[in-house]
Amino acid sequence: MSAFKDPFDAATSLTHGCSCGHHHSEAEHQADLAVQTSDSEALSNRVVEAAVMRALFPHDATRRRFLNAVGASTAMAAISSLFPLGMAKEAFAQSTGPLEKSSIKVGFIPITCATPIIMSQPMGFYGRQGLNVDVVKTAGWAVIRDKTLNKEYDAAHMLSPMPIAISMGVGSSPIPYTVPAIENINGQAITLSIKHKDKRDPKSWKGFKFAVPFDYSMHNYLLRYYLAEHGLDPDKDVQIRSVPPPEMVANLRADNIDGFLAPDPVNQRAVYDGVGFIHTLTKDLWPGHPCCAFAASREFVTKMPNTYRALLKAIMEATAFAAKPENRKQIAEAIAPANYLNQPVTVIEQVLTGTYADGLGNVKKDANRIDFDPFPWHSFAIWIMTQMKRWGQVKGDVDYAKVAREVFLATDAAKLMKDVGMKPPTTISKKFSVMGKEFDPAKPDAYIASFAIKRT
Amino acid sequence: MKRLLNWRAPALSFMVFMLMIGIWHALTLPKAAAVTAESEYAALVGAAAASGQKSAFPSPADVGAKIMQHLGEPFYDRGPNDKGIGIQLAYSIARVLLGYLLAALVAIPVGFLIGMSPTVYRALDPYIQVLKPISPLAWMPLALFTLKDSSISAIFVIFICSLWPMLINTAFGVSSVRKEWLNVARTLEVGNLRTAFRVILPAAAPTIMTGMRISISIAWLVIVAAEMLVGGTGIGYFVWNEWNNLSITNIITAILAIGMVGMLLDLMMAKLTKLVTFPE
Repeated sequence: MSAFKDPFDAATSLTHGCSCGHHHSEAEHQADLAVQTSDSEALSNRVVEAAVMRALFPHDATRRRFLNAVGASTAMAAISSLFPLGMAKEAFAQSTGPLEKSSIKVGFIPITCATPIIMSQPMGFYGRQGLNVDVVKTAGWAVIRDKTLNKEYDAAHMLSPMPIAISMGVGSSPIPYTVPAIENINGQAITLSIKHKDKRDPKSWKGFKFAVPFDYSMHNYLLRYYLAEHGLDPDKDVQIRSVPPPEMVANLRADNIDGFLAPDPVNQRAVYDGVGFIHTLTKDLWPGHPCCAFAASREFVTKMPNTYRALLKAIMEATAFAAKPENRKQIAEAIAPANYLNQPVTVIEQVLTGTYADGLGNVKKDANRIDFDPFPWHSFAIWIMTQMKRWGQVKGDVDYAKVAREVFLATDAAKLMKDVGMKPPTTISKKFSVMGKEFDPAKPDAYIASFAIKRT
Repeated sequence: MKRLLNWRAPALSFMVFMLMIGIWHALTLPKAAAVTAESEYAALVGAAAASGQKSAFPSPADVGAKIMQHLGEPFYDRGPNDKGIGIQLAYSIARVLLGYLLAALVAIPVGFLIGMSPTVYRALDPYIQVLKPISPLAWMPLALFTLKDSSISAIFVIFICSLWPMLINTAFGVSSVRKEWLNVARTLEVGNLRTAFRVILPAAAPTIMTGMRISISIAWLVIVAAEMLVGGTGIGYFVWNEWNNLSITNIITAILAIGMVGMLLDLMMAKLTKLVTFPE
């Protein structure tokens, strides 16, 4: 962090240790300094000056001797005449800083939840930030997790509970992970095999075999919640197995499963091929629920802050673009080809525009079938953790607020949302209700205790 | 008479082919629509779903058209997730050859040593017997976790599955070299190394080659499954990507291509085996 120190102060050390000696630690010194130069422009000017000074005087002692001898203002004038400091400062202020890495790889699963991640490539949102991004299609959630942990991918599309599970060390070794943005809200559905078209009451679903994309998914928690609210025990009365989304329709067709709670375009594809019908959209269980997340390791966020910020900005711009209903048709065309989702355009279009065939001969209209709101509400993370605990995925006490704060980067998201012209909320937590039952993020344990069917 | 026989087999082969295509064609003839949906609904779903049916299996004509389309443009590259079938096959073949050659480098010397010493043979036998029947794909999660790279993991899986047949066949071939030949070598006072290269190796070569032929077939079987699991590139990924899209025509095309390449690899090994075979 020595980049933020005043290089024209003879007392400052640009290398290490608390330079002025007034502070016990360097961190305190930094905190003090940050107050002094809170203006970000001044800070960035400092960075440029420090870089130039460091280049001219590789040895700190020489620089100090020089400054003591001629005085700071003379030194500045002398150096400015040699080096166009003003221009360098300006160039630096325009971008947030040089990208640590401009060619990056982002993994995705071919579902519409990944819309902002995917569309940013063909529609040029990454390019505008100076990034050269390869979006790589991946076979399943376990593989995307392993490839991201291996650093084959710099960032990835994940189910929003996955970074929480990875950070907590549930189902893998604990590695600090972050969610700087939620990919999409709503956009999932319960689809049943066409042979069950007369069994619309969940109470008649005993013995059904259901598929969800992954154990740590909103789909798993929402399906379990839905079944439990209708009096079915999801572990005893039905079978829930995890099947990668692309294989779901094939399994439904082969009668391996009776239905699934899945991301789109899987639901719409089942309708398109005449093998299933959409029983209910998940937005009718919990309007505005999160689904997938844009995830990156904490290491990436801290080691490559400029790349991270540029990448997140591209995602935010794409999300803002996708949030406008009038752009949805254009997006559907961009993401349907074989390089991305590999689906008929009409299927993607029905998902994104919300005018869709339900599989029973009706055309339904629901503009909010899928929506895009990047803000990572802490209360979403806390709800996810209550469900992880409810179904026995985590045991013992959970520090809900701490995990939510560390994984869901609400502050970063809010700042960048403002940058791209979206209105971020002023709070980071909110109450909401799932199937008519209110959730208070301040009382997570009481919420778990209030359920009749649970594994705690 | 001989000319007649020469002509009969291809004719029969052709008839079997035409019969299969004929049955396939008959089974996939479009059925009469059961119900016709309103036009607004019909526009949103596939043709089969609009008439109250599940989407149908493609006909031979559909598949033929798809094959021609792939043959016309086998090497296109439209981004990291959409490459021509020729490029995908090349990726798979490269992975198979790399893993296979690495396995040969390990299996043949080790097999040689095991075959020459009955003690080592007996000592290592239990490990080989336990490791041999493990499905190579079961290694995949372990490989991904430890090697931390998906393409190296795929090569490792090929390595591990081609290792055993080569190892066992080499050991067997070396240990069953005829005693008389070894005795003759000893009588002539031929050195150990010279015996190994001039007597044992040529004598065991046909058995070793058989092991190598089995291995390459297994490696080609496994690469498709491994690539379906890991994704990215390769013919296995192509199949998975088209499964995603429920495009049966593309999947059939890929299946045919996989069969062709497998056959070519096997023929190549058969030719090599012939080179080292000797009459007794």
